[in-house]
Amino acid sequence: MLGLSRPRSLFAASTLGLALTLGALSPAQAQDQPRELLNSSYDIARELFAAINPKFIDWWQEQHDETVGVKQSHGGSSTQARSIMQGLRADVVTFNQVTDVNVLADAGLVAKDWQDRYPNNASPYYSTTAFLVRKGNPKQIENWDDLARDDVSLVFPNPKTSGNGRYTYLAAWGYADQAFDGDEAKIEDYMKTFLGNVEVFDTGGRGATTTFVERGIGDVLITFESEVNNIRNEYGKDDYEVVVPPVSILAEFPVAVVDEYAQRNGNEDLAKGYLDYLYTEEAQRLLAGFNYRVNDEKVAAEFSDQFPETELLRVEDVFGSWPEAMQTHFSSGGELDQLQRR
Amino acid sequence: MIAQALMRRRERRVLPGFGLSLGISLTFVSLVLLLPLTSLVGQLSQLSWSQYWFLITDPRLLASYAVTLFGAGVAALFNAAFGLLMAWVLVRYEFPGKRLVDALMDLPFALPTAVAGITLATLYSSNGWIGRLLEPWGISVSYTWIGIALAMAFTSIPFVVRTVQPVLEDLPAEVDEAAMTLGASDGHAFRRVILPYLWPALVTGTGLAFVRSLGEFGAVIFIAGGKPYETEITSLMVFVKLQEYDYAGASAVASIVLATSLALLLAINLWQGRFIKRLHGGRG
Repeated sequence: MLGLSRPRSLFAASTLGLALTLGALSPAQAQDQPRELLNSSYDIARELFAAINPKFIDWWQEQHDETVGVKQSHGGSSTQARSIMQGLRADVVTFNQVTDVNVLADAGLVAKDWQDRYPNNASPYYSTTAFLVRKGNPKQIENWDDLARDDVSLVFPNPKTSGNGRYTYLAAWGYADQAFDGDEAKIEDYMKTFLGNVEVFDTGGRGATTTFVERGIGDVLITFESEVNNIRNEYGKDDYEVVVPPVSILAEFPVAVVDEYAQRNGNEDLAKGYLDYLYTEEAQRLLAGFNYRVNDEKVAAEFSDQFPETELLRVEDVFGSWPEAMQTHFSSGGELDQLQRR
Repeated sequence: MIAQALMRRRERRVLPGFGLSLGISLTFVSLVLLLPLTSLVGQLSQLSWSQYWFLITDPRLLASYAVTLFGAGVAALFNAAFGLLMAWVLVRYEFPGKRLVDALMDLPFALPTAVAGITLATLYSSNGWIGRLLEPWGISVSYTWIGIALAMAFTSIPFVVRTVQPVLEDLPAEVDEAAMTLGASDGHAFRRVILPYLWPALVTGTGLAFVRSLGEFGAVIFIAGGKPYETEITSLMVFVKLQEYDYAGASAVASIVLATSLALLLAINLWQGRFIKRLHGGRG
């Protein structure tokens, strides 16, 4: 090539190749467009936020005379947290796992005191773990002890991969802790049988629903009360019955502003407004419509017959704290691994 | 290789631009292949050898290796038999809709693997179309090892068909006719004439199918059941570790899958090279 010695021309041409490829990868310039909020949320919240976002946009328009957009990203909440740490520039997170927000706080993306920034531990709505059984409740499932019987087979998502499954595990443990008065050996016995009764461990909540409903596997599906009721609405009220056990776990749905990215995106006020909106009466009513329990007294009273009274154990009370619960029960070689060991 | 290529530059080539194309190729190889692998190694370097050993010999993980290897093995053998049959039918016979069947062969590559997994799980579960027929025989497919092997076979069958097919096309029907006129029986002609000719392609295809099955996640996960020690595959264990934010642990498990796959691919390549050499008397 033009009298250059061969290796050099090869090098030059290769460099040109590199430059061309990298040039093609350079990002396009951002344009002047209405502001857009990115909400990173858990898997089964698609329909929920599809209903909430248009209402929020109206609300924001009314309050600030500005048209904004809201984009959603859904996935398992740990997967979502991981994407955010790896650079997905979400402005707010609406998760179903306190631990996944804690991970973001540890990474410095969310304020350390995020739980104090909004009412009720920054959880605008909550739920609990409930049972869905087949028509007529043929196996007479009433409480957690029924789930450890020989003749009962269970479906719930893998606690290792799903926050939903983790709540189920913690709820069962919480029940056993009460029933056996903290006798560790008896609790572990119960948990072993309980876990042994699981027919299929799906990776996520929706997968477990499909297994139970579409494949007809298992006598009991254990999942969020909200999901259980949505399934009944989706697949027919007559084919399934909901059983809310007398004692279960308080499942919080924590929200937080991802300060680091919201600032960089210039969306700080919008992000805060979005979370504030979730606590308004209008949003609370929407949430209750999706079978989530809410704290707004007026709305809670309106929907009271939809949510049976039940004792809700707090993770902090039974297990000390979320990090402790995670460490003791779900880490590699932890309690769950021990219980499943052969 | 580069030195060799440089030497060959003196020869006239039909298409110019060797340096440019090599540059682009190397860049892309680095971006999509080498960089991700480097980061895997980077994660691994956080572990000491004893930690690494402890992680990869966890009994539950060992059980998952067994499940994965067994599933992939069954799937590969199944594909070797049926992939060969499919290739044979597609090359040697004319029938209406042949083009369509030929195109269908690539479907497992095109279909999102999760869709394949869900479809198979639906069909083969005890209330599905096919599962319902198998139920009285006491065979359950979904959520057992059979389901795992089935999903693996589905996603990897094109490897066998597509490697055997062109070789078979090169083998004229006259060859087996000649064998028969020389007195070989059907079976004899197949074993002594056709099979040896197809052998390298068949082994390569089967090997690729096996390796692909080892790492398959999407299709298998929906039909596997995920019961500890019974139906947990190794790629699920990687996923579990990632959910725990245990990157080092995930990389450790992934490195096992990767090492096994690389070793197998390398072995196939070496074996194939030697086989061809032997076939052509050292000139190949």
